[in-house]
Amino acid sequence: MFYQAIVFLPLLGAIAAGLFSLRQQNSAAIAVSVSGVVISFILSLFAFAHVAMGGNTEIVSVARWINSGTFEANWQLRFDTLTAVMLIVVTGVSSCVHIYSVGYMHHDKAIARFMAYLSLFTFAMLMLVTADNLVQLFFGWEGVGVASYLLIGFWYHKESAHTAAMKAFVVNRVGDFGFVLGILAIFTLTGSVSFDAIFADTASYQNAVITFSGISLPALEVVSILLFIGAMGKSAQLGLHTWLPDAMEGPTPVSALIHAATMVTAGVFLVCRLSPIIEYAPIALDVITIVGASTAIFAATVGMTQFDIKRVIAYSTCSQLGYMFFAAGVSAYPAAMFHLTTHAFFKALLFLGAGSVIHALSDEQDLRNMGGIWRKVPVTYTMMWVGSLALAGFPFFAGFYSKDMILEAAYGAHTGVGMIAFWLGCAAALLTAFYSWRLLILAFHGQPRASAEVMSHVHESPNVMTLPLIPLALGAIFAGWAGYELFVGHDMAAFWGDSIFILPSHTAMEAAHHVPLWVKLLPIVLATSGVLGAYIAYVKMPHLPAKIASACGGFYDFLFNKWYFDELYDRIFVRPAVLFGGWLWRRGDKGTIDYFGPDGLSALVGRLSSRLVHIQTGYVYHYAFAMMIGVVVLLSWYFSGFGR
Amino acid sequence: MLADITLAHYLTVAAILFVFGVFGIFINRKNVITILMSIELILLSVSINLVAFSAYSSDLSGQIFSLFILTVAAAEAAIGLAILVVYFRNRGSISVDDINVMKG
Repeated sequence: MFYQAIVFLPLLGAIAAGLFSLRQQNSAAIAVSVSGVVISFILSLFAFAHVAMGGNTEIVSVARWINSGTFEANWQLRFDTLTAVMLIVVTGVSSCVHIYSVGYMHHDKAIARFMAYLSLFTFAMLMLVTADNLVQLFFGWEGVGVASYLLIGFWYHKESAHTAAMKAFVVNRVGDFGFVLGILAIFTLTGSVSFDAIFADTASYQNAVITFSGISLPALEVVSILLFIGAMGKSAQLGLHTWLPDAMEGPTPVSALIHAATMVTAGVFLVCRLSPIIEYAPIALDVITIVGASTAIFAATVGMTQFDIKRVIAYSTCSQLGYMFFAAGVSAYPAAMFHLTTHAFFKALLFLGAGSVIHALSDEQDLRNMGGIWRKVPVTYTMMWVGSLALAGFPFFAGFYSKDMILEAAYGAHTGVGMIAFWLGCAAALLTAFYSWRLLILAFHGQPRASAEVMSHVHESPNVMTLPLIPLALGAIFAGWAGYELFVGHDMAAFWGDSIFILPSHTAMEAAHHVPLWVKLLPIVLATSGVLGAYIAYVKMPHLPAKIASACGGFYDFLFNKWYFDELYDRIFVRPAVLFGGWLWRRGDKGTIDYFGPDGLSALVGRLSSRLVHIQTGYVYHYAFAMMIGVVVLLSWYFSGFGR
Repeated sequence: MLADITLAHYLTVAAILFVFGVFGIFINRKNVITILMSIELILLSVSINLVAFSAYSSDLSGQIFSLFILTVAAAEAAIGLAILVVYFRNRGSISVDDINVMKG
């Protein structure tokens, strides 16, 4: 009951809050959804102590689900260390965000619906991380997708919000298609979808091939890459990232919970969960490394040029997810999970802090209209500093431990792609520090650029919004220091147990502890120079950024327009799809199906009946004559003997 | 000496009456009363058949039955005529050629 409660309490909260929202009982809905998630968090702490610290793996059956032939998928919760870490992250951040939302959304009439969606999301995410088979994981995967759709489009009266929601859903479908194919491939390969059965003997499938339309491909590589495509969609990796910045149309707590701390990290979780398969797929590992590293640098370059405070943080999230992926790509799964955990704290903190800024400035999101408010919002200001320090990886903040660990692991992998990832990651670290301080300086310092009326309203957020920031800030400061030994240090093997599998020949984790000193120092140097760069460009010489922008011209436009990904996809996919759809509608639907089907049949019946109707004269004697003839014909037929 | 009147004679008369009745219905273009009379004629020809067969097979039930038919026919004629009267009041004509509301 204890383990089921962790997963299902948020669902109960969501259902109850949904019912209360129908009757406009906002305070009841808030109470029930917040308490559901908070209790779930407290239980998760116990589960973490028992499972992760105690080294026990618990498998809890809930119900039978699908049982058809040899295919079997049951509702079963799996609690191992990997799950326990995710439980803490998900329920912890979710609790903070639930409480924060009470303050952030209190102007909104639909707050009850909002809380119900948040709890529903938490349930789906818990379902995802506790899944014991791929089908159940896919259920949670789609569940978070739906919740994300609902929450991005929460203010559905805004055109931009509901188009962003649809975009997120459609782009995720592309990734999910890969995921489904991956599950099918695993089932054809191993005859099961349950993790225990799949992982039992992956080494024996090393030489297995999957033949598709005459081409034989190594099975484990295909499976890994297909599943990674699913992870790319959910985790907004290069190519399938376009939905994440647009998803910022949702309320800020949503961005903090879903698009920073939990849902987007589901892809990283998936890759770590499937480590027993991916470890045997060297090509897939290289692909993951390259995609992750490119995303890290791509998103960082775009983040430098954006002016929407939430979009800057969104690109930063995208970039950090890239770090996690290339860590997984060099077989440093513990480092990826470590960064996932620390990132959840400081990125949720940054988003909630940004929400507080937006709230203080009467819903202003443009950095160009901010500035000069740091004295008026001291708590938010401090929190943003903590978040930025952790994000940039300054010593003894959370990001310092995890990000450096990732870079060292990439260096320690001693492979070509590992080195590419290392250098791209270092460059991204420089840019990360730069755009973080650009954001801080533009948002809080300098002359106020908001209108006098807005400035007169600037106020610190209420306690219900600032208090949830404190645990997150503590996490952003201490999580790295506290978790280092457990996650990636000496206790690593005992801590992760069987939940993560690394081939003995993949030594990146071990080598990471023995890299040259300059590798350890480089990220700090880069972060400091990034901060100095931002200080020079935005405080000392405020005209410099504009000059550089105009000097670079086309390159700046290239970055500012996000590498023209949206325009490219618009040309390649969206417009042809719309044209093709229009053609199908005119020629296919209206021209063929309607023309010959419903419209054609009804016209035919009309034409025939308008001719047949002339037979009906209305004269009684004509009918009588017809009857007579009928009787005569029938009788003669009968008597002539043909009828017998 | 006249030949005996056999069952065949009765049936022949009835058949002739029946054919008159049928042709009365669809050759006549004048008025509806003629149609009613023709229907009556068809009914009576059948009654003659009944009586003839009844006498032939020495079974009285056929003749009793024909008495019933006469009663019903009288009632039916009364109703038919009543409908005609109402129809004439409404339309001002009982000419068969005018009764073609059902024309398509």
